[in-house]
Amino acid sequence: MSVAMRDAFGAKLAELGKTNDKIVVLDADVSSSTKSAIFGKAFPDRFFNVGVAEANLVGVAAGLATAGYHPVVNAFAIFLALKSTDQIRNVFCYNHLPIVIAGAYGGLSDSFDGASHQSITDIAIMRAMPNMEVIVPADSRQAELALEYALQQNTPVYIRLNRNAMPSVPEPANFASKKVIVLKEGKDVTVAANGITAAMANDAAALLAAKGVDAEILSIPFVKPLDGDGLAASVAKTGNLVTIEEHTVVGGFGSACLEALAKRKMTYAFDAIGVEDRFTETGPYDELLAAYGLSAESIADRVMKLLNK
Amino acid sequence: MDDTLKSLLAEKKGQSLSAVELAALAAGFRLEMFDVLHSRGTGHWGGASSAAEITTSLYFNRMNVDPSNPAWEDRDRFILSKGHASMNLYTILAYKGFFSPGDLPGFRTLGSHLQGHPSMKKTPGVDMSTGALGHGLSIGVGMALAARLSGKKHWTYVLSGEGCLNEGQTWEAAMMAAKYRPERLVYMIDYNGVQLDGTSDDIMPLNPLADKFKAFGWNVAPKLYDGHDMKSLLESYDWMDSDDVWPKAVIYQTVKGKGVSFMEGKSAWHGAPIDVDSYAKGRPELLADIEKKEAAL
Repeated sequence: MSVAMRDAFGAKLAELGKTNDKIVVLDADVSSSTKSAIFGKAFPDRFFNVGVAEANLVGVAAGLATAGYHPVVNAFAIFLALKSTDQIRNVFCYNHLPIVIAGAYGGLSDSFDGASHQSITDIAIMRAMPNMEVIVPADSRQAELALEYALQQNTPVYIRLNRNAMPSVPEPANFASKKVIVLKEGKDVTVAANGITAAMANDAAALLAAKGVDAEILSIPFVKPLDGDGLAASVAKTGNLVTIEEHTVVGGFGSACLEALAKRKMTYAFDAIGVEDRFTETGPYDELLAAYGLSAESIADRVMKLLNK
Repeated sequence: MDDTLKSLLAEKKGQSLSAVELAALAAGFRLEMFDVLHSRGTGHWGGASSAAEITTSLYFNRMNVDPSNPAWEDRDRFILSKGHASMNLYTILAYKGFFSPGDLPGFRTLGSHLQGHPSMKKTPGVDMSTGALGHGLSIGVGMALAARLSGKKHWTYVLSGEGCLNEGQTWEAAMMAAKYRPERLVYMIDYNGVQLDGTSDDIMPLNPLADKFKAFGWNVAPKLYDGHDMKSLLESYDWMDSDDVWPKAVIYQTVKGKGVSFMEGKSAWHGAPIDVDSYAKGRPELLADIEKKEAAL
């Protein structure tokens, strides 16, 4: 287990604030949850708590961005993606402004709060917007690297964060290259994992190995731009692809992978693991993830089915 | 623009114009908007016309901008929150010198930098892209806070219509502005009382509007100003300078479609194309207004 992604992100934001005085941070009355409050305490003049008003949050950030500041807007992923969609599209993206959109409590990670707070459509929404980049870190270290990367871009970058302490994966050599991160090489099947599902996929690889299946495990935090070449090279080798995401299977990471491969006219067997086209529910996080097919065991089972084994 | 107005612009380039000069100029701009909107058969006459004097006086009397350097970081900012009045802003910016007035007839054509609604990425002088209503005040708060953070003294003006005031985001921003009180932020309301579908009183009553802003903690102008009378507009600017209490809100009483009698106050002329007959009937009224204003020069 590593430190929770939100804690790592909040601490990194405050650390970067020491050397970069252009960083301004905005939050919508959830700073003690998103951990942007750490920055707020260290740099009160550059921190704005706008109250529960996500549309205004984004608008104010845009105004700051036009004057040379690099805003980091923080709120729950579901509300950023849904309550400020217009502002993110028409102001951040249309104007190509340098802004980091930090979506807290992504996926099912606000598990006890239930479907109203679980963000299963944010990736589909964010990746549809021109000029937007979308990163779903696999663990706390990737979240820190994503923040460092995003603050160096002159474009809106959406970073989807997780609420809870989760297992880590090995640190990538060059996160900012935006390439697929190969956690384990294999020849039988490509398991492409988005966000925190990468650690599950890694565990699934051990289960599969015990059954004689040599899986290649990819951690793919960059949904947009997606490293289609890296993904295609793996699928060309294995002939089988399973995508995993903590999100609806409609329009998210799996869809992005298919779009990238469709242009390459490849032939391969495919399955997409994620929340089927339905709403989720309340429960302990691990149990909830497992109920929606997000566990090492479920992933291994689905891979075996795909391989007809 | 006729020769009289062109010479006036050339003579007074870079200077603050007087009330009578501004009035003549606004009348000329209004005709230019009318001509282009008719020739293109698309665009929003009603709200462009109602703001003609407001934007003319801002850009030719008050705002500190440099057309040769649109990105000048100390410039005053203007956000046309009612972005559908784009033809108004484009006309002002063109004659202010940000780009050639010869570009204006290209309004809304493919490849033109004059988009249907303002785009800061395409048109020199546009400080913020708008179109989706209700964005302006939030963005203005951000710009004014940026000025505070960087120790700059420029002003931020946000011009809004009733549509923006129907949007919840405006009231989110109004609360935040009262919390942080950014200096030199002014919310200007072009209160023509008519929206797309009908009068504001029918669609979504806003009165008592000044009281609402007062209740939100704003410094609200002591009276409603006449948004078509240059003396009244200049008086409102004097009020903006009269104290150091922020944010400030000013309500201008205006007439939608001002200047063409049979279009005034009618929601049908919010965004309808100006047809041949209406153009022929309306244009002489605008020409007469220019003559009248020029006679006072």
